[in-house]
Amino acid sequence: MADSASNDAFVEFDRVQKSYDGETLVVKDLNLSLPKGEFLTMLGPSGSGKTTCLMMLAGFETATHGDIRLGGTSINNIPPHKRGIGMVFQNYALFPHMTIAENLSFPLEVRKMGKSAREEKIKRALDMVEMGAFGGRRPAQLSGGQQQRIALARALVFEPELVLMDEPLGALDKQLREKMQFEITNLAHNLGITTVYVTHDQTEALTMSDRVAVFDDGRIQQLDPPDTLYENPQNSFVAQFIGENNTLEGVVKEINNGIAIVELDDGELIDCKPVHESVKPGARTRVSIRPERVEYNKDRIQEGAHTLKAEVKEFIYMGDIFRTRLSVAGNDEFVIKTRNAPDVERLTPGQQIEIGWLPEDCRALDA
Amino acid sequence: MTDATSQSGPMLAADGTPLKKSLARALRMQKTRALMLIAPLLVFVLVSFIFPIGKMLFKSVENDIVVETLPLTVAELQNWDAESGALPDEALYAAFVTDMVVAIEAKRHTRLGTRLNYEYTGMSSLFRKSGRKIKKLDPATDGPFKEQLIDIDKKWGDVTTWAVIKTHSVKITNGYFLNAVDMQRTPEGAQTQPEDKRILIKLFQRTLFMSLMITVSCILLGYPVAWLLANLPARTANILMILVLLPFWTSLLVRTSAWKVMLQQQGVINEVLVWIGLVADDARLVMINNQFGTIVAMTHILLPFMILPMYSVMQTIQPTYLRAAKSMGATNWTAFWRVYFPLSVPGIGAGSILVFILAIGYYITPEIVGGTKGVFISNRIAYHISSSLNWGLAAALGTILLGVVLLLYWCYDKIVGIDNVKLG
Repeated sequence: MADSASNDAFVEFDRVQKSYDGETLVVKDLNLSLPKGEFLTMLGPSGSGKTTCLMMLAGFETATHGDIRLGGTSINNIPPHKRGIGMVFQNYALFPHMTIAENLSFPLEVRKMGKSAREEKIKRALDMVEMGAFGGRRPAQLSGGQQQRIALARALVFEPELVLMDEPLGALDKQLREKMQFEITNLAHNLGITTVYVTHDQTEALTMSDRVAVFDDGRIQQLDPPDTLYENPQNSFVAQFIGENNTLEGVVKEINNGIAIVELDDGELIDCKPVHESVKPGARTRVSIRPERVEYNKDRIQEGAHTLKAEVKEFIYMGDIFRTRLSVAGNDEFVIKTRNAPDVERLTPGQQIEIGWLPEDCRALDA
Repeated sequence: MTDATSQSGPMLAADGTPLKKSLARALRMQKTRALMLIAPLLVFVLVSFIFPIGKMLFKSVENDIVVETLPLTVAELQNWDAESGALPDEALYAAFVTDMVVAIEAKRHTRLGTRLNYEYTGMSSLFRKSGRKIKKLDPATDGPFKEQLIDIDKKWGDVTTWAVIKTHSVKITNGYFLNAVDMQRTPEGAQTQPEDKRILIKLFQRTLFMSLMITVSCILLGYPVAWLLANLPARTANILMILVLLPFWTSLLVRTSAWKVMLQQQGVINEVLVWIGLVADDARLVMINNQFGTIVAMTHILLPFMILPMYSVMQTIQPTYLRAAKSMGATNWTAFWRVYFPLSVPGIGAGSILVFILAIGYYITPEIVGGTKGVFISNRIAYHISSSLNWGLAAALGTILLGVVLLLYWCYDKIVGIDNVKLG
């Protein structure tokens, strides 16, 4: 996971712990390093410690234990205003009593920059987010998406090397959010700034990031590029949290040549790929299968696939896909997704079918 | 049936009445019902607030007592030129006696004397004394009266007496207002009072100045408290809030008297200072019965009115504003001064208006701890209402006070904007 104190690490968390009350740890032993220019997302449910990590990096919270380094120097004792980190807040935190231009001018004024230099930078930053004509307005006169752009411009106008974003798209509607995801990623890559982005929205994390750190219970559960994260979840939390997932529970019977044979709770035996270190003969396990990796059309089930009997509970037509809920091996919540194509059979509830998946798509994880 | 779309006239409702009329009728029901709900309050406010204030405002110019008591005299006075220096002729004296006999019958002549006494000292006793003797005269048979009246009191032979009656015989007078600004109505027009009688302008100035001082001290003391209230954890903030509200639950008189105990020369503070040795026993500080005492006590009493609006505004200032400012490189002070303070100004404005307006009309506290140097205009108004019984002057002073408050409110609205004021 964390490259140990590599030289190209720009931001580094070294065994960082955080406790608010002295009794429980909100962040437990966090190790993380990211190189310059990377877009890293901290993803996790609320209370998983991701925002606390961001606030420690920004300087608004102090680490109870451990070291946070920026460009090789420890910043534990540097107050927030000397860290030079740009930040975009959840509610944008645009100063309501200042115009847009004054908002952008603020970080430059506190840096005692001359008037002409300030104006040039403000203009460039506003143009960058395509808001050049709005300098004289007040934040309250802008829509949510426009405020979001201004908040971004304000965080970038003083050219920080690191930008932190705390769920910046949370308040926008879906369409705008997708547009902004794309714009933020582009901007970050074009400017070459290092970005740490916090969200609880997995789609956002998958589409925007170079790497995603999945947080739960104060720890990073997995730190990987989006595709690895989705296709090779390392434990059942990640498998559940990222994307849709079917879970079957059972006991590992044996492991042969990298294939684990799992006896499900209703007696069915299936082949799985053992992933988690706890998967050993005799141990309980949770088997995870992605809905889109399960087929029911006879001619689509691939060679070597494991097949199972299933009963259709519900069939939902969703346009581009069909979503079918099945009863498989005692699990009534088993969902499969099938792409809408002319040759795909439409099912009816109560129908008995045979489904199949490849053993490598069926991952045995921790119980 | 009429086709609603084809007709050229106004739109009609289903039953054929014009739509506008129908709509108005539908809304009238709602409006009446709404009005009925607020009617008790409306009546109460009208009877107990609007009406008395209107009456008070009118009292400051109302002056029909002279005309009503001496109608014939007033008519005769029109023919007399006060500046000629000559006494009026017999006709006027006769008219005066006729008026007086009626007035004495109705026991109104002493009231008139009191009224004229505000303007010219000695009138009250003149009317009372003369009344007893004029009573015995018969206006039809006992004339001529000029000599008789001058015999009764030689003041009736003084031009000034008649000039005063003439000057104040108008029904609507500006006399009270002139008095309220240290001037008087004389036969020669409005003139300033003699120097030793000019106190009211000074009192107005003092009231404004001290109210300003009290407001400023409230801002200085209240701002940090409001900030603490808004930023401490809820439990601690609640305890602090009780401490802020505690004075509200204590009687105003008790609080003011407590300051008397604290500040007097044999009081707690002086005793402590003498005991420490900071102040010599024979040079104890004078902290009460002067402006200092009034400012201290009133600041304490009005402080909650400053803290509460400030607090409610500060509560709405999100902490992320300060964080954002710091993340952009602002020091704590810059973040406060450039971001937090401007956002808290509406609270300061609301608190200041509230405290200033309350202070400017305050009565009890200056009365108790103000001595002579620390009293407000309201104490003077109370004096004229309950001691000198010059209600017209009291009304004029009150009207001016009301005008000053409204004027300040208007200025504030122009400068800060009343929309920016938040009381909660």
